[in-house]
Amino acid sequence: MKKTFKLEDLDCANCAAKMEAAIKKLDGVQDATVSFMTQKLTIEAEDTRFDEVVKAAVKCIARVEPDCRVILK
Amino acid sequence: MTRRQKKTLARIAAAALLTLVAALLPLEGVWKALAFAVPYLLVGWDVLWGAIRKILQGQVFDEEFLMSLATIGAFAVGEYPEAAAVMLFYQIGEWFQSVAVGRSRRSIAALMDIRPDMARVLRGGEEIELDPEEVAVGEILLVRPGERIPLDGVIVEGGGSVDTAALTGESLPADKREGDTVISGCISLTGLLKIRTESAYAESTVARILELVENSAEKKARVENFITRFARWYTPLVVASALLLALLPPLLGQGAWSDWLRRALIFLVVSCPCALVVSVPLSFFGGIGGASRDGVLIKGANYLEMLDRVDTLVFDKTGTLTQGRFAVDAIHPQAVSAEELLDIAAAAESYSSHPVAESVVLAHEGDIDRGRIGEVEELAGLGVRAVVDGRTFYVGSGRLMDRVGADWHECHLPGTVIHIAEDRAYMGHIVISDQLKPDAAGAIRRLKELGVKRTVMLTGDGEKVAQAVAEQLGVDEVHAGLLPAQKVEEVERLLAEGCRVAFVGDGINDAPVLSRADVGIAMGALGSDAAIESADIVLMDDKPSRLPLAIRIARRTMRVVRENIAFSLAVKFGILLLSALGLTNMWWAVFGDVGVLILATLNAMRCMVRIKE
Repeated sequence: MKKTFKLEDLDCANCAAKMEAAIKKLDGVQDATVSFMTQKLTIEAEDTRFDEVVKAAVKCIARVEPDCRVILK
Repeated sequence: MTRRQKKTLARIAAAALLTLVAALLPLEGVWKALAFAVPYLLVGWDVLWGAIRKILQGQVFDEEFLMSLATIGAFAVGEYPEAAAVMLFYQIGEWFQSVAVGRSRRSIAALMDIRPDMARVLRGGEEIELDPEEVAVGEILLVRPGERIPLDGVIVEGGGSVDTAALTGESLPADKREGDTVISGCISLTGLLKIRTESAYAESTVARILELVENSAEKKARVENFITRFARWYTPLVVASALLLALLPPLLGQGAWSDWLRRALIFLVVSCPCALVVSVPLSFFGGIGGASRDGVLIKGANYLEMLDRVDTLVFDKTGTLTQGRFAVDAIHPQAVSAEELLDIAAAAESYSSHPVAESVVLAHEGDIDRGRIGEVEELAGLGVRAVVDGRTFYVGSGRLMDRVGADWHECHLPGTVIHIAEDRAYMGHIVISDQLKPDAAGAIRRLKELGVKRTVMLTGDGEKVAQAVAEQLGVDEVHAGLLPAQKVEEVERLLAEGCRVAFVGDGINDAPVLSRADVGIAMGALGSDAAIESADIVLMDDKPSRLPLAIRIARRTMRVVRENIAFSLAVKFGILLLSALGLTNMWWAVFGDVGVLILATLNAMRCMVRIKE
C-alpha cells in the first residue's frame, strides 16, 4: 500500500532528507519520500503493518523536527 | 509569509538592532560579552534548545548542534560580535530559505490551479451545485461563461470559445460546438454550455494531471541522490577535520590553542551542506513546475535530467510530425482548369465516406449541387463511375484508368493519387497526403540548433511517402514500413549504439516504444489517457515545437544545478583551505554558509522563469 500525507511546518531541507533516511530504515517500509518542495510524505509499506509503520514514521519526523506535523487523514 | 516566518523576521530585526547597539557601546570584558549575549540568545535560543535535544538523542552532526558549538566556542575565545553575527546570519539564512521555498511552492501551485471547485449539475430539471467528485458519468453539467469545466464530457447544447491555456500553455482559445468533446480544467469563455459527462472526476483529465504533477517529486534525479549521499559524508568529515585542527597542531607545539580553536570554529560554521540540499531540489521543482505552465508535464526530476543529456530524437510519423489527416496536396489537371478538375472529383466522391474522398470534398470550397449528380457506381477497390452534368467520369486509382483505357501516368509526388478521366480521355489527377504539422520542420531545425545529433523517423507507411516527409522536415534518418514491434527494435538498436534516445509519439499504440526509450515523450495528450499513462514526459497539445522548449527547460535546469554545485563546493572548500592556513576569520565563514545558501537559492529560483520563444 502506498499513501501520501501532508506535512505542516517542514522548515528545513536538510531535515527532510534526514526524515526520509530515518523512515526508509524503519521495519516494514518498502519505500518512503519526504519532499521538502511539496511538503509531502509518501510511504509505501506492507498492507498488514501499514498503520504501525505510519505511527513509527510520525515519531521519526517528530525526532528530527518537533514543530513539523503530519496531517493524517 | 506565514505567521511563523513573520515572528522569526521580527526576532531577527530586533537582534540585529541590539547587536548594532552592543557594537557601538564602549564596553570591555564581561560587560561586552553580556551585551552581545542578549541579541545572541534572542535570535538563537531555539537553535540552542534544538541542539540540546539533539545531543540527548545522540545526533552530533546536526546543524543546530554544530552552529551552537561554533558560536559558544566563539564566545569562549572572546569573539563576541562574531558569535552574535554567526547566529544572526544563520537565522537569516534559514528564514530566507523557508520564504523562498514557500513562495516557489505557492507560485507553482497557482500555475496548477486547475482543480474545479464545484460542478453545476441538472438533476430532475433543477440546477444543483456539487463537489465534482459527486457527479456521475452521463449527467448533464451546466457551465457558464468564465467558469471552469469540472469534468470531461461532450457538449449537448450551446457552444463558444474555450480557454485551454492552463492545460496546454496555448493562449488562443478553441471554438467548441455541439457534439465536440471538452476537457476538464478548461474555462468556458463565451457561451453557456450543457455538457454530458463522460468520466468520473478521478478519471478526468484534471485529476490525472494534478496527480502526475504532485507525484513528480517522488522520482528523484541522480544528482539529487548524489547530493543526499554527499551531505551524509560532508558534515562528519568537516567536523572531524575541525577536531583535528583544534587538537593536533597545539599538541605538537605549533602555536596557541586559541588560534587553532578559532580556525576549527570556522570549519563548523561552513559544515552545513544546506546550500546544496535546498537549491538542487528547488531547481528541479521550479523546472518541472515552470514547464507545466507551457503544457509540458514531466513525471519526475530524473526524466528532466535525462532529457538534458538526450542526443538522439526518434519520432513516430503519423500524428506526431504529421497531422494524421488527409488533405489535398496538389492538383495536376490536363486540358482543364484545376478548379474544374476538383469540382468534378468532389461531385463524384460526394456520396462516399472514405477519408480520401472526404478530403477531396473538403478541399472543394463551396456547395456541391447534388442535382448535378446522376448515377454513381462504386467500383470496389478501384474508385467510382459517376454521371455529373450528364457526362460520365471515372474517378479512382491507376488500375481504374487502365481498365477504362485512359492514357494516364504516375505522379512524381508521394501520397495517394486519384486519377480522373471522362470516358477514355484522361483529365489529370489529384494528390492527397497526410499533412505535415505546420511547426514540424521548424521544431526539427531548432532541435539541431540545440545540439541534438540524430533525428530519426519511424513509420509504418511506405518508403516513398516516408522519404518525402523526411526530406521536407530535414530528418536525418528514416525507417519505413515498420510494424510496431520493429519500432521497438529500431530504438533498441540505437540504444545499443550508445545513443541517449528520446522517443516521441502520440501515445496511442506506441506504449512499448515509449517505455523502451531513455525518455518517452507523448504528445497531444489532451484527452488521451493512454499517453498520460505510458510516457515519461507528456506534451499536452500536439505541437512538435514544444519539444525544443522542453529540452531548453531541461538544459537550463541542469545548468543551474551544476552552477550551484560547483559554486557552493568551490566556496566552501576554498574557505576550509584558507581557514586551515589561518587566512580567514568568522566573517568568511558566515559568507561560506549563509551567503552561499542565499545565492544558490536565488539562482535556483531562476528555473521557474518562463523561457521566451
